[in-house]
Amino acid sequence: MINLKNRAFNILTLTLVSTVIFVILLILQYFKVISEYTGLLLTLAGIYVIVSLSLNLITGFTGQLSLGHAGFMCVGAYTTAIAIIKYGMPIPIALILGGIMTALFGLAIGIPTLRLRGDYLAITTLGFGEIIRVIIVNLDSLTGGAAGLKGIPTFSNTGDFIIDAIIRFSWVYIIMILVIAVIHNLINSSQGRAIISIREDDIASTSMGVNVAYYKVYAFTLSAFIAGVGGGLYAIFFGYLNPAMFGWLNSVNFVVIVVLGGMGSITGTIIAAVVFTYLQEWLRVFADFRLVIFGLALIILMIFWPKGLMGNKELSITGFIRQLRSGEFSPRQIKTKWNEFRQKKGRKKDGRAD
Amino acid sequence: MLKKVLSVALVLTLVITTFAGCGSKAPAGETGPIKIGSIMPISGPVSAYGTQSRDAIIMAVDEINAAGGILGRQVEAIVEDDEANPEKTKSAFTKLVTDDGVIGIVGALTSKCSLAITADAQARKIIMISPSSTNDTVTDAGDYIFRSCYNDSFQGQVVASFAYKDLKAIKAAILFDNTNDYSKGLTQTFKAKFEELGGTVVSEESYATGDMDFNAQLTKIKGTAPDVLFIPDYYNTVSLIAKQVKSQGLTSTMLGADGWDEIANNAGDEVVGSYYSNHYSPDANDPEVKAFVAKYTELFGVAPNALAALAYDATYILTDAIAKAGSTDPEAIKTAMMETNKKFVTGQISFDAKRNPIKSAVMVELVKGTEPNKPAVKYAATVNP
Repeated sequence: MINLKNRAFNILTLTLVSTVIFVILLILQYFKVISEYTGLLLTLAGIYVIVSLSLNLITGFTGQLSLGHAGFMCVGAYTTAIAIIKYGMPIPIALILGGIMTALFGLAIGIPTLRLRGDYLAITTLGFGEIIRVIIVNLDSLTGGAAGLKGIPTFSNTGDFIIDAIIRFSWVYIIMILVIAVIHNLINSSQGRAIISIREDDIASTSMGVNVAYYKVYAFTLSAFIAGVGGGLYAIFFGYLNPAMFGWLNSVNFVVIVVLGGMGSITGTIIAAVVFTYLQEWLRVFADFRLVIFGLALIILMIFWPKGLMGNKELSITGFIRQLRSGEFSPRQIKTKWNEFRQKKGRKKDGRAD
Repeated sequence: MLKKVLSVALVLTLVITTFAGCGSKAPAGETGPIKIGSIMPISGPVSAYGTQSRDAIIMAVDEINAAGGILGRQVEAIVEDDEANPEKTKSAFTKLVTDDGVIGIVGALTSKCSLAITADAQARKIIMISPSSTNDTVTDAGDYIFRSCYNDSFQGQVVASFAYKDLKAIKAAILFDNTNDYSKGLTQTFKAKFEELGGTVVSEESYATGDMDFNAQLTKIKGTAPDVLFIPDYYNTVSLIAKQVKSQGLTSTMLGADGWDEIANNAGDEVVGSYYSNHYSPDANDPEVKAFVAKYTELFGVAPNALAALAYDATYILTDAIAKAGSTDPEAIKTAMMETNKKFVTGQISFDAKRNPIKSAVMVELVKGTEPNKPAVKYAATVNP
């Protein structure tokens, strides 16, 4: 019973917190406290969060290095765009279709590459990404080829740029929350534990009765589905697609985000994806030195946080609220903790003096 | 300690980043400088073009300001880097329009980057003039989108008629990059025009961006003994192809398009005797060209390439239109843009109904330079539309 109560509490708080953040961001955008440019970056960051999370599912949780996520995104983006332009499908159906199509591709590459690990899988997925790009370049009549696919209708066309920006942001934000919820629940379920056990040691997990092959393909397919939906959002967000937007360097960007945030940390990935999107734009101030500074920032991060920003830990809102409620942060508690801290420090100093 | 300092620095970065774009600056009002944005690939694969174009734009704006500005106000050029990446072009565009409040954009440079923002520019009524996006469909998005260069179909036709009429070629071969829209577009228009004139395209071979070895394709082409070999690609690839053409003993005259601009600095004597179409020829005996080349060379230490000249012209076309419109109202500027009819560095420019400039192209010949393996460019012919 307690478990059920906890669960209800978790669901309620998380829904509440994400809704409050959502509403605050909407209001800030509506009253132009957050400029349209920042709003655009927030939306782009949301898409990056979605795709990075899907990569984290393979790389961080299942322990399989994939360098083909831009390829997955590409399949999703083109499928969604073509579904909307050529067949006039509504956005939600087109997005799901994009996801399913990508999942099929994920399945098609997941099954034959089951026995590959580490570098070998990375090379295969890298090749996959390039194959997708080349196919799309050569499917002129369907995809527009190297010249790109133009005229993808945006989420809305009210004529008011602020309202359009808000609707665009809402789409991405809501889907992002759904993706976070799905991955979080998956990781904390028995399937999730099976997936994590594969990362730790697949021989040991096989001997414990985990169906390694099944869970690898499962993770791969789900990851592809989410990346495909992310790609679909990207297509509608941009209104224009070009195969050059999905080069292997983009796949590397997603790997960078996942490693930066911490392999196997959902909150880490979210933070890293937002920082990554922002940093690139914010560094515009430095003009030509932008790329140097960006590279340096990555190097410094990797030296001081080799496990990424969050390692494999999570920031937990519900955990924080529980601590608050249990009186952990009452003034008296804080005072006692502070004293303990100072004593410890004092002892340390004494120790050094000896 | 270091770790702590770094943590604080990173947190600060994060916070500043979050609010970097907040609180948009005052939009362009009736006072203060008139803001013009520019999106150029200052870094990335085509940065050689981007930096020269940026310098030319800044040079134009400085000249205008030195002469008293327009509408009695100074002009401010804000240049953003897009790394030749459409994603970056979109965010740069949004920054320029919503945060900086620019009324017009000179850019983007490559066609794929321009295509990423044309719909937005049209919807927001921002006058956009691309100096060098030659893809035919760039100006399709609407009546606020212009360009100062001719488009690919015109260029393909120019090269084809030059080959047929001036070089008296009957058999042509094409070697093109089938993953590049620029190369593909030129191939199609060249072929159509050349065959329409009465010539035959005897061989059509392709490769992918990044390929280094073209011997297989060249052997096939050699078997068909063409009079001319059309290689519509950028200078870096062309310099590789040209070497292999010579080592294969293929003697057909090589032809190229404006992507060959800069080839004289990137290839040796193997390209001597080839022709390419360009937007202007720096050695043309023309007062506008001479003044521009002299000033640019003095300021930046290198001779301007064609894209720099186009960016310079685009800046002037836009500022002239603002001056003629007498206000910063986008409707008025758009109308004034359409009335453009003046001699610029790259020739007499007026716009057709699709906002493409009606202007002549120049065919340039590569000749032996003063030093061995340092070819020079020589004006060959002007082809009118």
